[in-house]
Amino acid sequence: MAYQTIIEDNIDVLVAGAGLGGTGAAFEARYWGKDKKIIIAEKANIDRSGAVAQGLYAINCYMGTRFGENNPEDHVRYARMDLMGMVREDLLFDMARHVDSAVHQFEEWGMPIMKNQETGAYLREGRWQIMIHGESYKPMVAEAAKKSADKVFNRICVTHLLMDESQENRVGGAVGFNVRTGNYHVFKSKTVIVGAGGASNIYKPRSVGEGAGRVWYAPWSSGSAYGLMIEAGAKMTQMENKIVLARFKDGYGPVGAYFLHLKTYTQNCDGEEYESKWFPALAEMVGKEYLDTENQHFSHMPIPTCLRNHAFINEVNSGKGPIHMVTMEAFQDPHLEEIGWHNFLGMTVGQAVLWASNDVDPKHENPELTTSEPYVMGSHATGCGAWCSGPEDLSPEEYFWGYNRMTTVHGLFGCGDAVGGTPHAFSSGSFTEGRLAAKAAIKYINDGKADGISITDAQIDKRREEIYKPMETYKLFRNHITAGSVNPYYINPRQGLDRLQKMMDEYCGGVTVSYMTNSKLLHIGLKKLGTLAEDWTNSIAAEDIHELLRAWELKHRILSSESVMQHTLFRDETRWPGYYYRGDHMKLDDANWHVLTVSHRDPKTGKYTMEKAPLYHLIGEEGK
Amino acid sequence: MPTFVKMTRCDGCGECVDICPSDIMHIDKTIRRAYNIEPNMCWECYSCVKACPHHAIDVRGYADFTPLGSSVRVHRDEEKGVIAWRIIFRNGKKDMELLAPITTKPWGEGIPDLNTVDEPSDEMRNSHLLYNEPKYIRMEDDGGIGLHTLKSNKLVMKEGVYH
Repeated sequence: MAYQTIIEDNIDVLVAGAGLGGTGAAFEARYWGKDKKIIIAEKANIDRSGAVAQGLYAINCYMGTRFGENNPEDHVRYARMDLMGMVREDLLFDMARHVDSAVHQFEEWGMPIMKNQETGAYLREGRWQIMIHGESYKPMVAEAAKKSADKVFNRICVTHLLMDESQENRVGGAVGFNVRTGNYHVFKSKTVIVGAGGASNIYKPRSVGEGAGRVWYAPWSSGSAYGLMIEAGAKMTQMENKIVLARFKDGYGPVGAYFLHLKTYTQNCDGEEYESKWFPALAEMVGKEYLDTENQHFSHMPIPTCLRNHAFINEVNSGKGPIHMVTMEAFQDPHLEEIGWHNFLGMTVGQAVLWASNDVDPKHENPELTTSEPYVMGSHATGCGAWCSGPEDLSPEEYFWGYNRMTTVHGLFGCGDAVGGTPHAFSSGSFTEGRLAAKAAIKYINDGKADGISITDAQIDKRREEIYKPMETYKLFRNHITAGSVNPYYINPRQGLDRLQKMMDEYCGGVTVSYMTNSKLLHIGLKKLGTLAEDWTNSIAAEDIHELLRAWELKHRILSSESVMQHTLFRDETRWPGYYYRGDHMKLDDANWHVLTVSHRDPKTGKYTMEKAPLYHLIGEEGK
Repeated sequence: MPTFVKMTRCDGCGECVDICPSDIMHIDKTIRRAYNIEPNMCWECYSCVKACPHHAIDVRGYADFTPLGSSVRVHRDEEKGVIAWRIIFRNGKKDMELLAPITTKPWGEGIPDLNTVDEPSDEMRNSHLLYNEPKYIRMEDDGGIGLHTLKSNKLVMKEGVYH
């Protein structure tokens, strides 16, 4: 094959994937490493890539510390409550103590942030959320990253990390291919910061046909954060913690501003409040510590997102659907009506299209809501991702191995979806994590930890061969058949993706089974996933470079899915009813499972080992 | 709502190909104009619609749940710093024009080039502070305490359940 091999050598910091996390990393790395070579490799174009490509209408993680609104520990307590206790509080506190710095700098850069006219503080949508005109959020942070980086390689699908051959378990760069030219790109680097995304589209979506693209998280979020790190042998945490979203039906338009700012609320088909009736039985499942039906409603303690989902799902399954968002009251106010529409145009245009095409005017009709298919990610209301070191001044010894946001692979750092145990980071928190990872990566290099990395041509050549194999397979067997896509010797990436989505849905708690799974189902699922992984390795075919991109995205989705199944099987309890259920262990079990789950996939054998890691919680000194 | 491209407006310039986050806007080799090669991987993000200099790209809602006949059009202007939307319902009864700012400053000018700012001191390097901190992360009249720590906030980390 005539594709060139293009080698970029002597890189200090390679940012693999530049959404909000990766742009934060590239931006900050320049400050700490004036003389360092900083390179970005991005699958799309960093001006519009990642989950924030189409913009945002809110920044969901802002403390407002300078206005006396919140301290970092307040946010930690909120996030741990929402995730039923399962978070890395050192990492969360660290993110929260820095995040305001990012948000205020965005304003300096030109981000239109709405203001509270009375106080001069940012206009609050909720306790943690502020409202912005963020259509150009992504191009703006991309400008910042471009100013800092030596070079941005757009349209590079990073497929693998390179591993040092002189020292075990140390990263040495990454490889991939250009989705336009097809050329093979090799990045030899002292450190790699993975800013790639979480995983959409690993579960069968509710929509069919064309609508399969209208997933909640971006369809280009291909689980590459996990695929890259898992294959390199990095330990992962909380991968069972998939997330299900209650959103406007079909368009998956966001509900945050509707609930918090427009003060809309939900009701069942008969116009009744339905949540509270499901809570007593739910409190039996999770325990009073997590859902206090007597006091929670009155004390205005927020109910964890998963538990509200649980009430939604049960109400629908009891025949009382659809659930409606009551917009008809708020939308009588023309100002609030405008905000309701701007909210969609700023971040989920598709929902506006859907309502316009169905003549749904929320002023005169209460729109339907639904619960989505599950997603695997680590920056919204869930915390899947790599097991990373925290900062020295916050982390207990089990959580600390030298460099903030470094995975268990030396020199391999993460941010955003890539880091596990840090939910509720959202856009601003992911950008902040990128900054933290960048500072740590520069320190790692300056400490001499990256000296003497050796990458042989053999490793580079082996990866090259692997990368293009799907195209070889296609060429080899294409003419075995007359025409069409049915071939006994290969499957194409779409066929493989359909197979993955079906098995994840049916065996690992997707929508068609009301998010239910159990140990027996998961064992069958893992077996089926094993054969899919085999078929991928031996028989995936790509007709062109675009299909080669889809083939490698599928590979990363398969690696992510295997981790999700292993973690779901390991945690013998139902920790997050409303996200998923272990039918064989329907109760939350703090006696055995008040721990974080940590997995390791042996890069040589592919064998999984699982362990429990202790949970540390922030408490006041008086409670010592 | 996958995108589609209007035959008479597209000149094959490739701006949409360059920007599409999903790599699905490609140039057809025969007619030398852009088209959406994979509608079921389209997120309706409008990146290509906004980027097209000829307004040649529009969106027709996903066929599996969207009736025909409505319209959501957009014009994004970096120089003026605004984005203008027009939404027309299928039944024609609602026709809304909405305008929003996209930046408060001339595009890109407010963003610092960190190559040109002063090198951090050793003290800064050995602290947990990031660039431009401790600005913005504390009350302004806190007496210069700086970054929040467990100690400053009177906190400890304790293993086990918190409740």
